Amino acid sequence: MINKIKLSLVLLVIAISQSNALIEVDITRGNLDPLPIAVSPLSAEEVTEDNLTKELKEENIGQKISEVVENNLKNSGLFNPLNKDAFLQKPDIAHLKPRFEDWSLIKAQALITGKVTLVNEKLRVEFRLWDVLAGKEMMALAFTTVPSNWRRVGHIITDKVYERLTGEKGYFDTRIIYVAEEGPKTKRIKKLAIMDQDGSNIKYLTLGNELVLTPRFNPTNQMVTYLSYFRNLPRVYLLDIETGIQEVVGDFPGMTFAPRFSPDGKKIIMSFAMDGNSDIYTMDLENRIVERITNHPSIDTSPSYSPDGKFICFNSDRSGYQQIYVMKSDGTSVKRISFGKGLYGTPVWSPRGDLIAFTKLHKGKFYIGVMRNDGSGERLLTENYYQEAPSWSPNGRVLIFYRETKTDSEGKGFSAKLWSIDLTGYNERMVKTESDASDPSWSSLLSN
Amino acid sequence: MNLSKFFKNTFLVMLACLVLSACATKKVQNQMQGDVYTGTDTVEYLASGVPDRVFFATNESVLTTASRDTLRKQAEWLRKNSKINVVLEGHADERGTREYNLALGERRANAAKDYLMTYGISGNRISVISYGKERPVDSGSNPLAWSKNRRSVTVKAN
Repeated sequence: MINKIKLSLVLLVIAISQSNALIEVDITRGNLDPLPIAVSPLSAEEVTEDNLTKELKEENIGQKISEVVENNLKNSGLFNPLNKDAFLQKPDIAHLKPRFEDWSLIKAQALITGKVTLVNEKLRVEFRLWDVLAGKEMMALAFTTVPSNWRRVGHIITDKVYERLTGEKGYFDTRIIYVAEEGPKTKRIKKLAIMDQDGSNIKYLTLGNELVLTPRFNPTNQMVTYLSYFRNLPRVYLLDIETGIQEVVGDFPGMTFAPRFSPDGKKIIMSFAMDGNSDIYTMDLENRIVERITNHPSIDTSPSYSPDGKFICFNSDRSGYQQIYVMKSDGTSVKRISFGKGLYGTPVWSPRGDLIAFTKLHKGKFYIGVMRNDGSGERLLTENYYQEAPSWSPNGRVLIFYRETKTDSEGKGFSAKLWSIDLTGYNERMVKTESDASDPSWSSLLSN
Repeated sequence: MNLSKFFKNTFLVMLACLVLSACATKKVQNQMQGDVYTGTDTVEYLASGVPDRVFFATNESVLTTASRDTLRKQAEWLRKNSKINVVLEGHADERGTREYNLALGERRANAAKDYLMTYGISGNRISVISYGKERPVDSGSNPLAWSKNRRSVTVKAN
């Protein structure tokens, strides 16, 4: 795993032709007409007849990479990858010079081609993006990496294609940390788990001996902060997922919970509960200096920084019920921003800075929604029996959250799953996990 | 005549239905007052006549009359058994966000702790832990199940 993270990814730009792009994908509206795109399998090129090259051909890594790309594009809801059976041109020839008539015949507007080669035991992947209607190359890139990294190559290709066609950074070369759940509701076993954004490469980071909740990524590195009930003392912990080293950070004389990193990754902001009152504190991870941010007899929790670090949104019941508030990062100028009907919780600031996502509870239903950071423009994206805890994709276009089902009169039928939805309110879909899952947190892009 | 007999019978059937449904409602209400659980089927006992838990209304941490009565019994028992320390475990139902519920559970357990302290139990003998909505006793998704889960439980620590 360490190797995968410390990926030595050499990015070579072969040529970026800034042709007059005809294709543009608008991601600001619900996309009911996804762009038809053909993802040609990446052909395997023989340079030498060594064992690794044979393996490369036998395992069909080129085909597998193109499947990762296809799956990503499809799940984004913005693209419609076409059935490969209809492709007329062979992958290796298409990569050199596509016969655009053949591709427009099957209604493809964009085409991805590529090839894989093994050079000195390294995997070299080359791909091109073509505008079929204009008959032009839009982008050409090559990567060199270790062969076991082939899935990541697929994600990086998707990010490049997404960025070229939408004008915004992608979110495919990312991971999700979450809580894997099993067992009956009354004795639930919970483990920290991590997986690629598309649900592959699941790894469990704790054994399930103690209750763990609410893991969150450091936006600048591979550290995670979470709540653990180790030795029956609920405290905030820090975990380095490269080394596996854990340490307690919120060793206060009471429960610390609801941790999150500051945007520069240098502080943890969290709640500390004592004598029936929860307030918000920060801890500087370098010098361990603790600062108290709120001082109010109500519950203050679920803090989240604005991306510039100047403001904090949080959840408080100082008005009598759970509502969302914004304050300066030193704790002054506290302002309530949620005024709609119902209760509001789990505010989380968009990485773009303009929106705050939240959970809303109204008349026995739970909603995931967004509002501007002054509370205006509230928009509910999805309604369900129970769902909460949205987390933003690094480009601020998709939210991931978890949803629980109602049990029957015998207490059966419970499940917890991860779901994602576009900011537009479209493309709601379940993110598959091996076990039940909750508390998802989306990482930053692993490479840029 | 036939018609009036028909009406009379229908009326009797309707009346029977009303009585039956009233009974059904009453049965549930017997275990809840408002939305606070007043039943006993989940309650365990620290000693004879000393219930181990108190229940709360939705989003509340206010102790009801019945809760205060239970806690006074616990205080009396703790005064007699001065070597026993306790942990107060605060819980919430599943109809709230996880982090807020952790805070709410802590607030509920502390409401019970404060009451025990006003009845002469030293704070040194009482520790508090919140489980939020993580450890329900009833896994049902209905108001009665939720009322059993909104609780503070006094557990012997030694």
